[in-house]
Amino acid sequence: MEKNERNIKMWSTIGPRATVGIVAYELAKKIENLMVLTCDVSTSAGLDRYRKSYPDKYLDLGIAEQNMIGVAAGLASENYNVITTTFAPFQTMRCCEQIKVNLGYMKQKVTMVGIASGLVLGTLGYTHCCIEDIGVLRSIPNLTIISPADSLETVKALEELMNYDHSAYLRITGSSNNPIVYKKDYDFKIGKSISIKEGKDITIFCTGSMVYQILEASKLLEKENISAKVVNIHTIKPIDKEAILDSCKSKLVVTVEEHNIIGGLGSAVSEIISTVKNSPKQLFLGIKDTYSKGGNYNYLKVKFRLTPEMICEDIKKILFKKN
Amino acid sequence: MNEKKFNLEEMKQFAKNLRRKVLDMAYYAGANSSHFGGALSSAEIISYLYGYYMNFDKKNPLWEDRDRFILSKGHGCLSYYAALSEIGYIKNDDLKTFEKDDTDLLGHPVINKNKGIEFSNGSLGMGLSLGIGVALAGKKKNKRYKVFVVLGDGECNEGSVWEAAMSAPNFKLNNLTIIIDNNKFQQTGSNKEIMDSSNLKKKWESFGWNVFEINGHDLTEIDNFFEKTSSSEKPRALIANTVKGKGFSFSENNNDWHHSILSKKFYEQGLEELNSK
Repeated sequence: MEKNERNIKMWSTIGPRATVGIVAYELAKKIENLMVLTCDVSTSAGLDRYRKSYPDKYLDLGIAEQNMIGVAAGLASENYNVITTTFAPFQTMRCCEQIKVNLGYMKQKVTMVGIASGLVLGTLGYTHCCIEDIGVLRSIPNLTIISPADSLETVKALEELMNYDHSAYLRITGSSNNPIVYKKDYDFKIGKSISIKEGKDITIFCTGSMVYQILEASKLLEKENISAKVVNIHTIKPIDKEAILDSCKSKLVVTVEEHNIIGGLGSAVSEIISTVKNSPKQLFLGIKDTYSKGGNYNYLKVKFRLTPEMICEDIKKILFKKN
Repeated sequence: MNEKKFNLEEMKQFAKNLRRKVLDMAYYAGANSSHFGGALSSAEIISYLYGYYMNFDKKNPLWEDRDRFILSKGHGCLSYYAALSEIGYIKNDDLKTFEKDDTDLLGHPVINKNKGIEFSNGSLGMGLSLGIGVALAGKKKNKRYKVFVVLGDGECNEGSVWEAAMSAPNFKLNNLTIIIDNNKFQQTGSNKEIMDSSNLKKKWESFGWNVFEINGHDLTEIDNFFEKTSSSEKPRALIANTVKGKGFSFSENNNDWHHSILSKKFYEQGLEELNSK
């Protein structure tokens, strides 16, 4: 797909979730053996046009996620390139054991897209929010986990995954009118993090919707004379060890994610830095292992102190704390 | 589909050979135990499929047009491995490695297409969905292969079975056949004691399947089912009424043999009973 300024803006306006449907539509033109499977969420995943245009490459399993993953694996075993998609909690936890056995253990290649992960559906409550998916899936071998920073990265990741040998989970966070991290095309490689701002004092690892927030936060930190390196960890598994080891030179490592602070990016990073002697302290920013009262997306981001201003404050607090 | 003629005596011999191998493997497993009862209840079903009905190439397990077999009740793998060894996909010597360290033949099947094992199974309620994916692929590619999935009656406790049950008729998969090994027991007791799964025929019919219920140890009845439903428009379901532990006096309808150690004494008794038939 052409990654020109116009498309990047359009994808950002409609948001990464609807962008998934657009990418699928373009992929279907080229990929003969593509199959897109959903569980009664075609509209939510932006697949309405796809569904009408490619009925032979589309399958709705109804509201039955366990069956969807099994059918996907069966198709994959017969050399279909399969994308499954539904809301993140149902794409991951409802059918978790099917993912383990069929994709992890058996290595049938399926690309799963979990839409509206994180807190974006906060008004619908925590049945529909998803703050656990990375943690749950990270413990399954043979599964790659990607969390794109914006709509363009969603496009690039999904395109890459079509030529990728392993099963993957693409975690879609953010809303429509999604802020743009990447204004133009760039190199994206699964497993290779991207340093989007250099800095010498601290390193901030962020993922998904939080990448833009951190870019903003880093500007605020600069004003306070704190030079922050910002790294987009779009691939949470396999994680970019080199980039994380490199951060051990910093005074502080910060991880920021729209996910529980247990089991997600923060945990993945700490699993690496804890192997280094005298490694820096780590600040875990994210959802503090709780199901709060619900509310709209921005309200919840404030509640969990995931706005640029609050992230900046929390970093300052820990940097200037004695001991 | 099949140029061979159904020969009851041949089939009985296949099933006898299969039981012999099940007995041997269960004995090799020693203290590791094996799922003896549920393997024996499906012995005739699996013998019929591998000994006669299914299309495959003995020289090439990867033949694209082969019929696909999925043992959704993966714990019944003793009969599966025995059948794959009867057709030459698994070497007799390999059977001795059953449940041994680093073996390819664990107590639940692990995908190994060169040995004819299409999928990894064992976590119940997953095999039918796989079969639906494979059957859909066959339809899409205009392939003539058929898909056979063997489920347990206890397995039908799993909700995911019914997600799959609903979808196969929805997708008009008449290239898909399931056989339910209805041995009336599950791990810790009879179905009646644990979870009543009676009326399986009505249940599957109401989900849109073409269902018949037969004696699952009567090879002629099995053959009649496959013959009379060969042009079925709907996916087919065979409720095969079976006896858990079938074939040996000590294990028939004795749920202690769900997962158990076959001692030398019982092994020898088993051999004797088998040879006297």
